[in-house]
Amino acid sequence: MFTAIFGSFEAGIIYAIMALGVYLSFRILDFPDLTVDGSFVTGGAIAAIMITNGANPFLATVMALLAGFIAGCMTGILHTFGKINNLLSGILMMIALYSINLRIMGRSNIPLLNTETSFTKIGDLFESSGIDSFFNNLLAMVGLGDSLPETWGILFFMLIVTFLIKFLTDWFLQTEIGLAIRATGDNKRMIRSFSANTNLLTVIGLGLSNALVAFSGALIAQQGGFADVGMGIGMIIIGLASVIIGEALFGTKTIARTTLAVIGGAIIYRIVVSLALRFDFLEPGDMKLITAIIVILALTTPKMIERSKEKKRKARRKAEQLHFLQASVERKGENHAAVKSDS
Amino acid sequence: MKIMLQLNQIHKIFNEGSPDEKIAIDQINLTLKEGDFVTVIGSNGAGKSTLMNIISGGLFPDIGEVFIDGKNVTNMSEYNRSKMIGRVFQDPMAGTAPSMTIEENLAMAYSRNKTRSLRRGVTKKRRDYFREVLESLHLGLENRLNAKVGMLSGGERQALSLLMATFTEPSILLLDEHTAALDPSRAELITKLTKEIVEKYKLTTLMVTHNMQQAIDLGNRLIMMDKGQIILEVNEEQKQGLTIEGLLDEFKRIRGVQMVSDRAVLS
Repeated sequence: MFTAIFGSFEAGIIYAIMALGVYLSFRILDFPDLTVDGSFVTGGAIAAIMITNGANPFLATVMALLAGFIAGCMTGILHTFGKINNLLSGILMMIALYSINLRIMGRSNIPLLNTETSFTKIGDLFESSGIDSFFNNLLAMVGLGDSLPETWGILFFMLIVTFLIKFLTDWFLQTEIGLAIRATGDNKRMIRSFSANTNLLTVIGLGLSNALVAFSGALIAQQGGFADVGMGIGMIIIGLASVIIGEALFGTKTIARTTLAVIGGAIIYRIVVSLALRFDFLEPGDMKLITAIIVILALTTPKMIERSKEKKRKARRKAEQLHFLQASVERKGENHAAVKSDS
Repeated sequence: MKIMLQLNQIHKIFNEGSPDEKIAIDQINLTLKEGDFVTVIGSNGAGKSTLMNIISGGLFPDIGEVFIDGKNVTNMSEYNRSKMIGRVFQDPMAGTAPSMTIEENLAMAYSRNKTRSLRRGVTKKRRDYFREVLESLHLGLENRLNAKVGMLSGGERQALSLLMATFTEPSILLLDEHTAALDPSRAELITKLTKEIVEKYKLTTLMVTHNMQQAIDLGNRLIMMDKGQIILEVNEEQKQGLTIEGLLDEFKRIRGVQMVSDRAVLS
């Protein structure tokens, strides 16, 4: 149980970067960008092929980020300069990326076991410095010693990286360019009348979004030990689920709060899925269905709750009105009676 | 005096070559000197909005040239041109970003005539300045800098839009029926603010309106449009003592028919 939760926490914090990317496109730019399914794999593919060819894994991860940026920009160019519908531009790019990803990898799956990745490097560092054994001893002391995680390195390293990206995003969205990007998603006509090139801003925004997605894909490939051409299927929905769950649970008062919520949402999503898969009648293949159901529930329940609240409010108001009417009728009756008795 | 806006022989046809062909703007010439405040009236479909769009860059003329502050902007893109133009739209929702705060909206407006960079949008210094300009609206918005603009009423949003369009002192201010969608008391407030702000910054202004009284009360010049042409120009002297009846009579004299615009007559 502990290893399962630890594992989903570890994966969640990596997927959180992808979720932040989806937040940028879906919420900030108001652009349902399906490129994500492809660019996530592009990130994994570039990292895997470079690492297996002996490149520095950190360099490979950065290259994956750049590739994602280019893919996102392409979608933006299709939409703004090509004047193609936003959903369709994303789908077109996703399909195109499938072939491109196969070309990058040369085959449909590249295993990364027994190769040196960013995480094996970090793991070695943690092991040699004794941090791993320190935390494991701590766990053993509280009685969880029988299911120890392999390394604490990935978790701590990713916490730092993800929060660094969160703070960078928060900062960026408060800059002059960031404000203009937010306004592009909020009211295009308005920001255009304040001399902002909304086309360029859309392209940049989508580029940044997919850069984060590909970065996350590269890290997931290294954490999971393989890159697969199908690893991105449904990624946009997972990202969306993380954004929606996070927003619902942690709130959206400010940008900083919302990005934190998205990270929380990504982690909670992973934990929910791993717990759900512990039921015997569910198979790993059911994960996408579970995700779809989570998103559907998250999208519909707040509205249903709101509606039932509204109904109750109406019923109460009606009751109050009725009560008031009755009271006034009674009062009238009394007055009437009083008049009568006077006469 | 400096010429801020010049339209030379502007011609615009919609759906050219089809049965729906419509001449929206027919050979229009118009010159606004620095500090001019011109009100534009005319019935529906007279070409007022098209004219505004041609100046702002939302539409491009088929023939003719547009000069703003001496610069030929005929083929300049809308966003580039808006460095020189302040605009307030009819829809109070159109001029602001609802999910962003008042100060963020002002920060975006503040960057209108500058290059946007990776500097912080709302700095402490700017916030103080925003507070100061908001005070001129007398709506108490200076105490709600962190409120989302979507929470404001239509009148408040339009007042904010007006401020955002003007406080960076654009070469040209375009007001496109910016009080038409508001209730009478709010419309009056926005009209009053418009007058104050235009005087304060000495803005060269072009205002389209359906409200004839407003067109008479505001500004130093008035033009009347019909079927894509300017059919009447009233200068500063003639504008004194102008009445709605006078304008309607004038229209009848020029066109030989009654002015057909229920909205214009009623207001």
